Amino acid sequence: MALDDTKTKDFKFVGTRPERPDGVDKVTGRAKFGADMTAPGMLHGAILRSPHAHARILSIDTSKAEALKGVKAVVTRADFSTNPTFGPGLTGEPWNVLENVMAGEKALYDGHAVAAVAATSALIARDALKLIDVTYEVLDHVTDVDKAMAEGAPVIREGAADKSVPAGMHPNVVRYHDSGHGDVEAGFAEADLVLENSFKTEATHQGYIEPHACLGSLGNDGKGELWCTTQGHWYAQKMCAALLGLETSQLRVTASEIGGGFGGKTTVFIEPVALALSRKANKPVKIVMSRSEVFRATGPTASTSMDIKIGMKKDGTITAASGVFRLQGGAFPGAPCEFTAMCAFAPYALENVHQIGYDVMSNRPKQAAYRAPGSPMAAFAVESVIDDLCKELGLDPIDVRLKNASHKGTKASFGPRFDDIGLVETLEAAKAHEHYNTPLKEGQGRGISCGFWFNHGGETAVSLALSEDGTAQISVGTPDIGGSRASMALMAAEELGIPYEHIRCTVADTATLGYNEISHGSRVTYASGLATIKAAKDAVNKLCKRAAQKWGIPEDAVKWEDGCAVPSGANAGDFDPLPLAKITANMGATGGPIVGHFEATPEGAGVSFATHIVDAEVDHETGKTKIVRYTVVQDAGKAIHPTYVEGQFQGGAAQGIGWALNEEYIYGDDGRLQNAGFLDYRIPLASDLPMIDTVIVEVANPGHPYGVRGVGETSICPPLAAIANAVSAAAGVRMRELPMSPPRIVAALKAAQDG
Amino acid sequence: MVKVHLWSGLRSLVDGQDAVEVQASTVGDILRGLVKLYPGLEGPIEAGVSVAVDGKIIANDLTTPVTTESEIYLMQKLRGG
Amino acid sequence: MSKIHVNTTVNGDEVDFLCDPRETLLDCLRDKLQLTGSKEGCGTGDCGACSVVLDGRLVCACLVLGVEAEGKTVDTVEGIAKGQDLHPLQEKFIKYAALQCGICTPGILVATKNLLERNPNPTETEVRYWLAGNLCRCTGYDKIIRAIMDTAAEMREAG
Repeated sequence: MALDDTKTKDFKFVGTRPERPDGVDKVTGRAKFGADMTAPGMLHGAILRSPHAHARILSIDTSKAEALKGVKAVVTRADFSTNPTFGPGLTGEPWNVLENVMAGEKALYDGHAVAAVAATSALIARDALKLIDVTYEVLDHVTDVDKAMAEGAPVIREGAADKSVPAGMHPNVVRYHDSGHGDVEAGFAEADLVLENSFKTEATHQGYIEPHACLGSLGNDGKGELWCTTQGHWYAQKMCAALLGLETSQLRVTASEIGGGFGGKTTVFIEPVALALSRKANKPVKIVMSRSEVFRATGPTASTSMDIKIGMKKDGTITAASGVFRLQGGAFPGAPCEFTAMCAFAPYALENVHQIGYDVMSNRPKQAAYRAPGSPMAAFAVESVIDDLCKELGLDPIDVRLKNASHKGTKASFGPRFDDIGLVETLEAAKAHEHYNTPLKEGQGRGISCGFWFNHGGETAVSLALSEDGTAQISVGTPDIGGSRASMALMAAEELGIPYEHIRCTVADTATLGYNEISHGSRVTYASGLATIKAAKDAVNKLCKRAAQKWGIPEDAVKWEDGCAVPSGANAGDFDPLPLAKITANMGATGGPIVGHFEATPEGAGVSFATHIVDAEVDHETGKTKIVRYTVVQDAGKAIHPTYVEGQFQGGAAQGIGWALNEEYIYGDDGRLQNAGFLDYRIPLASDLPMIDTVIVEVANPGHPYGVRGVGETSICPPLAAIANAVSAAAGVRMRELPMSPPRIVAALKAAQDG
Repeated sequence: MVKVHLWSGLRSLVDGQDAVEVQASTVGDILRGLVKLYPGLEGPIEAGVSVAVDGKIIANDLTTPVTTESEIYLMQKLRGG
Repeated sequence: MSKIHVNTTVNGDEVDFLCDPRETLLDCLRDKLQLTGSKEGCGTGDCGACSVVLDGRLVCACLVLGVEAEGKTVDTVEGIAKGQDLHPLQEKFIKYAALQCGICTPGILVATKNLLERNPNPTETEVRYWLAGNLCRCTGYDKIIRAIMDTAAEMREAG
């Protein structure tokens, strides 16, 4: 979409740091999250989950549970639609979601939902689960990605592979990606040094502190209400409707405040179950997941196994690069192998590049997005090899990256030419930063990495209603996962010319606004922001029209300035500026309520790059790593609210630190998750981290009126590699498996000593 | 005619080519044209594709215009977190 | 199992409720007293989102049974502000953007208020270790620590 009027400077409100509108609610405990809602007559739901990693479900006897006093409904797969009302019949994603939400013929992972009950108290519901008799035929299981591809591996599901998968691969390989250009063999031949290595990363969880929770109410008239913590309530609406055989518009979904999502709340797990129970019991049903359910049965990341080969000349030019990326995404297609493959070499302008990705199924929960899905793992592998090449050739890591950096017009590793991008700016800022120029202390290692993410547009609808007192209400459809309500109000203030404090932004429910895609892909400030600006411009046009009517002059003789309608020139007439509040005060009498709106699928989301600098120390005796210093440099296009942009940078870095050093899914030989709690799934604590410094680079995105690029995801792309490079330097041994937990580092140090 | 670059994993479905020409004035025309020429592409396209037009990645909008000069790449559909 | 009648004081108010002996103090605060400010993040005392002060001692409400509150005083996030007036910690958290999603915020506020009552002049390290039992996934803790250090300094000055 062509943007006719963009603004890159002279902002009055954008770029300032006002207080967020949900601040008081959140510091007083008043804000309502998923589990904070109740309804009269409400029942409590609980879900029975498979204790086996892979098993055929031979029978489910719910009679004893149904007979327990207080139990009002029990559901199994039979209570869901056999013919989702949208999508190609039972195939495709709706079927995958249904199969994940409630098992069909097989339990596919430890924690897979098998049945559910609704009862008058949470304790009775829990007790009732123990009375459900499930007969399983336990099958062989596989949880490792390479083992799942190997001959003889247990088959998760026959016939799930799409037509792009090469012939002869195991049925667990369901999707395939292959892209690149040039001649990598010729390129490797030209290099002075070629390094080839393999890397592995284990699955991690987004780790949001708020478990999934919902309250659903569905009548036998097919009309329902759903309250849930989600990143996308229109998606929840359409998926629940499909799984329950409802018409989409008859289900109204309201998004609660969300206690973290990071991609893990972009789909449904318990919501269709709550609605199915509600329909059967004819009462509202509330379901709240326990922490162990969250780990076992929501959407962790894929785990990966990767091979990288890069060739470099003595002067630092990369002559060729190739990568093979194997990802398992649980018992369903969807591991983001194509993103891993496409992001891997994106920061570099290469003549010869080739990347292959495999999406593999295994007996694990269905993966979901985690910030930039697939990209962090690719960066870990690629940037580690670049680091090794720099060390062997005696070259500075930032200079080498600058030498090979992608810029506007570069043919990306995944095909198209880049438009305006800010990679070079982030590298230059990192190079000039005081952190990079501070000498390391004895025993410390420093790591650098670049990172890349696509960012997203998506369906967006915004409505901006003016109140009679001259204040404004914005309705957006994107749940606020990063402080976006404040950013929307800032952008609207800029267009309307009234103070930020006079604008309230709310997240509307599915019944009161047009379709909005999920808050993901770093799209909210970009897409809802663009829509807010356009909706505000629409309101401003209407306000000008009212002024023109009042003054008896043509519409195009009126313009908007500093919150007032003014004649556009001396010829238009001599009228005093007419403030917004004066126009709205009697709008009912001059043509009716004034509302601006905008609906579209904006397609100008700009890609974004980041460079991170990390200093680390490793205790050679215990293998414990201390992150001594961390600096994030990232291109935000235009920072609408700089404090919230900094917050995203810091949050992504912190998650990357956890992923690099401690977090992993640990499966036993029985295929069961061993560490389904925050004690043993160890995320960073306040005592683990230093202050995280941030530098906001702004290279305007031509696809947004103010130049905004999404920032939420790119911040997690560099940390795994930057930390691996720092730790490998501090430990004196290259680490090729994540997490680099203390036992792994101790083992690596010992192996280096012995061999 | 518009030249459409395909990711190499699709080559086996289009007689080994890495680019295909179709008659099209919008992104929607491109996708319809591809399936008409090579019905085997219907599966991957239905599964979800984005189309990069002169470097701009179009995730949804089938009405986006294209010309014979446009640089067009078919990519797998983008999702975020 | 029959329910037990519990009498306790929450945020200075005398309250009572009936609870199953298996229910936790967190369940009772949220479901019986409609004080939903304390959050359940894990149910096993690892995340601190349910932090409350029980007879002056910082605890995880998910590790205390409802019946144990009998005759004791409980302080939750809902009791930190005095009417309309926010506590300096609450004001600074908003000013510093020391919260993003806000789910950990009640627990962190309760824990920090308790720390500053015991030690009005903590070092950054002392604050970080005091909060080691309060997980935050959004912020990386940077702005939280800055808000707390500034608040502590301001409160010391105000005497």
